[in-house]
Amino acid sequence: MENFIPNFNWHQFLTAPWANGAAMSSIWIALMGFFVTTACGLVGNYLILRRMALVGDAISHSILPGLVIAFLIAQTRSSTAMFIGALAAGVLTTVIIEVIHKKSRVKQDSAIGIAFTTLFAIGVILISLYASKVDLDQECVLYGEIAFVPLEPLVKFAGINLGPLPVARMGIITLLTAIFIFVFYKQLLVSSFDPGLASSLGINATVVHYSLMCWLSIVVVSAFESVGAILVVAMLIMPGATASLISQRLPVIMVLTVVNAALSSILGIHLATWLDCSTAGAMVVMATFLFCLAWVFGPVDGLIHRWMRAKLEKPGDPAMESGVVVQK
Amino acid sequence: MCAPKAGCKPALRIYTRRMQVLPRVVFFLAFMAISFSCHAVRIGDLSETNIGEQALRFFTLQDPSVRYALIGSILLGVTCGLLGSFIVVRKMALVGDALSHAVLPGVALGFLWNMNKDPLTIFIGATIAGLLGTATVAAIKHTTRLKEDTILGMVLAGFFSIGICLVTMIQHLPTGNKSGVDKFLFGQAAAISAADVRLMAIIAAISIAAIVLFYKEFLVTSFDSGFARAVGFPIRLIHHALMLLLAFAVVIALQAVGVVLVSAMLITPAAAAYLLTDRMHRMLLLAATFGMLAGTAGAFFSFLGPSLPTGPFMVLGASAVFALAFLFGPRHGVVMRWWNHRSRSQRTKNENTLKSIYHVLEGREFQGEGVSLQELARRRNETADEASRQAAALSRRGFATQDENLIFLTPEGWQKAWTIVRNHRLWELYLTRAAQIPADRVHDDAENIEHVLGEDVVRELERGLEYATKDPHGKPIPSLADMQKGMAADQRDGLVGYGKKFER
Repeated sequence: MENFIPNFNWHQFLTAPWANGAAMSSIWIALMGFFVTTACGLVGNYLILRRMALVGDAISHSILPGLVIAFLIAQTRSSTAMFIGALAAGVLTTVIIEVIHKKSRVKQDSAIGIAFTTLFAIGVILISLYASKVDLDQECVLYGEIAFVPLEPLVKFAGINLGPLPVARMGIITLLTAIFIFVFYKQLLVSSFDPGLASSLGINATVVHYSLMCWLSIVVVSAFESVGAILVVAMLIMPGATASLISQRLPVIMVLTVVNAALSSILGIHLATWLDCSTAGAMVVMATFLFCLAWVFGPVDGLIHRWMRAKLEKPGDPAMESGVVVQK
Repeated sequence: MCAPKAGCKPALRIYTRRMQVLPRVVFFLAFMAISFSCHAVRIGDLSETNIGEQALRFFTLQDPSVRYALIGSILLGVTCGLLGSFIVVRKMALVGDALSHAVLPGVALGFLWNMNKDPLTIFIGATIAGLLGTATVAAIKHTTRLKEDTILGMVLAGFFSIGICLVTMIQHLPTGNKSGVDKFLFGQAAAISAADVRLMAIIAAISIAAIVLFYKEFLVTSFDSGFARAVGFPIRLIHHALMLLLAFAVVIALQAVGVVLVSAMLITPAAAAYLLTDRMHRMLLLAATFGMLAGTAGAFFSFLGPSLPTGPFMVLGASAVFALAFLFGPRHGVVMRWWNHRSRSQRTKNENTLKSIYHVLEGREFQGEGVSLQELARRRNETADEASRQAAALSRRGFATQDENLIFLTPEGWQKAWTIVRNHRLWELYLTRAAQIPADRVHDDAENIEHVLGEDVVRELERGLEYATKDPHGKPIPSLADMQKGMAADQRDGLVGYGKKFER
């Protein structure tokens, strides 16, 4: 217990990840973390707005069997097979949740809980049965191995080094996510806030819903390898939740999400190097830390802000303050 | 199949390999979903252990580790089922999910306390972490505008990430690799020791005692918190007590099910029970039974092969129970409801056909009793094909007999037709007289109600309408005498059922 936490040394904390030997891999890990958090965070903002944060949780768990089955069938780790498997599993999850919820009296929250645990359990069992054939292990499924990213083969395009394959792929996905949101900004915004208005403007809510779910599956599956099923949930929800404590405007929230992604991935690398622990885990710990900062110091409903406001406001009618309304 | 060295073309080889894998996967999934019984064979093939021997070892219970695993699984299944029932009816299912992930840092710290898997320190650490998680959810909910689902997801992932960091740090320690702390992620029932079982039994006893003693309090606060507040129950205290028990349940399930899937053991058996009954005490009993079944199944299957995790098998056991309840539940099951719906709509269809035949007969003042398919088709604005299909349906149920082109009502059919027409016209009259609805608006409503009016209601309607004989459109309301006249024996032709043949 005594020597469990290494000595803290500012100089070492700040320089260790960027020391000569480690600099290059740290850059790739940081970029990967940044891409993953940005793509997830941007999509996650809409999940938060639509009160579907836990559907994101469900999908991130239940793409696992899709991934494994696609791998077992195709016998390669090609992106296409993985995307197809993940898409199928993602859509299947939403359908199962809908069916259980609509066709029986089980409530939606229980339906989510049942659907994703079942699919995830199938995935884990498949992995443990075919462990030799699938190069995913049980722990990796949970929290990923972002530290292995620099070891992947490099991708070169027209003589330019684009970095390791997962980083390049994630970069493209992130770019596409940004474009997707930019192009369909109005549709997503209106259908998230006011489904009634959306349908009167001729926006098909079902199409928007399912395209969002499909895109979510794609983002989650490309992030899956490096951060695993559960930490993806953090990447989806944490940046958006943090940002929405700082601002109430969606464009500002989007920008803050990106800033948050950069900060948490770089800080996470420092933390992981110091403590010698899972890098993806450390990134999420840092994202949690940033959330706590926003919660305490945030300008919208930060704790300090609320406390100040409560002090500044004159004490009013005691009956009103205690929330009791006397009916005449 | 082509042997690896048989020199077949690569494409073909890949193809055959695919052909081997795909059916295996499909077969496996289908089996997981439907039954447990012969599933053992598959695992045996894949993990290359002697299944018969393993299964025998399991069932004879000679091995102490098997005994512990089995008792532990049963205890946790019962506890989770009981407490899960409350969170399912309170619509807090995903609080269970957040709570179960939030215990991970506590598990790691409990392990670090004296660097071994001492059940007590892990239990204390995990319970504290779980309660801290629920308290954090409450605090964020209270002080920010964030919605509950976002908060749950965040607390779940935040605590879990801290736990993951701690677990990986433990694994990087010199002695960490053998620590077995990673077994808490997916569970390993075989690792349950005598000390674990003792702790589990104590916790299960506490939970059951709490539920039995404070059944009324838990029940009332779950279903009607307004009433509970009005009669002075300490709602917050009861809520916190439930959270504490829930944390207990999660923690004792950790060893066997693992952090990630504990929530399924809370939600799934309880949701299956919820589909089968409307009474809380029955739901509790059913949920406990289902939890026990799932626990036993999980322990059994994970025992069959080396390094098979227990948690996922338990979860699949619970999911299979849920799927059965969802499909075949006697009242809320999908299949049952589909069947009821089908037979009801078929009955309505038959009754409508009978009514049309009555109308045709009425149209020619009951002269000649056979109704031709063409007449029926014209009356119902349908094709002759449709009419003959409906006539066949009536014959099958014994309401009519058919002679080539002509349909004859049997006495049962006549009585049914008479009843429907009477119901329809009585109801129309009732609506115009009692509810003052114009006569041209009452038909559609009567179309629906005619199939469900019971004899008592009809008696009451007749009395209320003073045994009126005409409906608002001036048509006669069939009387009892009409029915008996129609069934009079002298008009019956033995061969074709009711009535004489209609002569054109």
